[in-house]
Amino acid sequence: MEPVEKSSRARGEAAEEMRLVARIRSGEQQAMSELYDRYGKVVYAVALRVLQDAAAAEDVLQDVFLQLWRNPDAFDASRGSLAAWLAVITRHRSIDRVRKRRPETDIEECVITSGPDLRDETERALVVEKVRGALAEMNPDQRLALEMAFFEGLTHSEIAEKTGQPLGTIKTRIRSGLQQLRARFA
Amino acid sequence: MHEKDGMMKTHEQFADDLALYALGELAGTDRQELEEHLHTCAACRRELQALRGDLGLLGLSSSGPQPPARAKERLLRAIAAEPPRVAVPAPVAAPRQSLWWAWIPVFAAVAFFFLALGMWRDNRHLNDVLAELNTQNHDLTVQLGRVAAQIRMLQAPDAVHVSLNPAKSPRQPSGTAIFSPSQKRMLFMASNLPQVPEGKAYELWIIPMQGAPMPAGMFKPDEHGNAMMMDHPMPEGVIAKAFAITVENAAGSDKPTSPIMMMGEVTAGG
Repeated sequence: MEPVEKSSRARGEAAEEMRLVARIRSGEQQAMSELYDRYGKVVYAVALRVLQDAAAAEDVLQDVFLQLWRNPDAFDASRGSLAAWLAVITRHRSIDRVRKRRPETDIEECVITSGPDLRDETERALVVEKVRGALAEMNPDQRLALEMAFFEGLTHSEIAEKTGQPLGTIKTRIRSGLQQLRARFA
Repeated sequence: MHEKDGMMKTHEQFADDLALYALGELAGTDRQELEEHLHTCAACRRELQALRGDLGLLGLSSSGPQPPARAKERLLRAIAAEPPRVAVPAPVAAPRQSLWWAWIPVFAAVAFFFLALGMWRDNRHLNDVLAELNTQNHDLTVQLGRVAAQIRMLQAPDAVHVSLNPAKSPRQPSGTAIFSPSQKRMLFMASNLPQVPEGKAYELWIIPMQGAPMPAGMFKPDEHGNAMMMDHPMPEGVIAKAFAITVENAAGSDKPTSPIMMMGEVTAGG
């Protein structure tokens, strides 16, 4: 019975999230407030991890939600998870800020497909634990390359230089590390 | 079959670059080649979207405190200050929560469970098909939007053409930047460029009327010395005085660190 109950709850959460996005599209400010309550912490955590600065993370938090308010169609609710999409957009905006460059990612072009359902808070917590478990089990060099690329925004050339590893090895470690994460949810 | 064989080889070539592209750190000709490939390869587009999903999972592994309460107040104030949008009716049909069968006798519930499982599998397959169609539709919309934006920019009455001339070079390299302040887009084309050393790339700079040069993109010339950067966004509110090119580390630089190789001033009326 549990999977059916879980599935039913997830469908309810999915419907609620789609309704929220639809209300944002129609310009309802209260919907944005509710969406912030759901995902503000996620966005802030990613920005803070990348920027290591509370004031800068708050600015990015502001920017990401404002972008979504201005252009809610940029997120395709029929495919990706909003939580994962916000995490990616937040990471990109944070790295832009670290590198003191203008935003390079057009949020409309950041199309995402995510495997696990992240709309239900309980399910999301389980997924996060699973991701952390996968990272903990990963080869340390591979995990380092992945985290340097994602959270520090280092290019593969910079990672190769820092770690003394060949450029091709770093590229492959990043890709296969991501695929290992995905495999956990296959 | 022929196309499939060719694509498989291409996928291998682009596999690692796709992850770097998803991270937003692929530059120069590698980026250009991959973007051209993505226009024609649905499998690589799907893989790119999946890699972004993987990055999302990685991002969600971050933990931290709640944002300060003032952050929400600040956001809501900013939203209230935004110009009102035209409301778009977007009715969403909520999936029905069919828990009613949980109340019937246990044996019936078991039978319905297997029935529901079969329907769920069918539904999942249909959802996959729908997702694929949505992917294709979205990709086509994005591509069409980009092409339309480029055409609008090129046809804009205020589109400015700037020629960049070499200070000294026997091969006579040349570059042209075209930008439109109203469209906030630009493109850049260059030819006869000398090849850059390993680990280096050309960086285009916007030199504003006031302030320091602003990075406007990295590129490497092809084997013939040609390069092109299409449909780049222009920073809002910046009045360009000139464009310039320097040689920088391939990862890009925030400020020019080598002598200007080519430069072109924006003249009145282009």
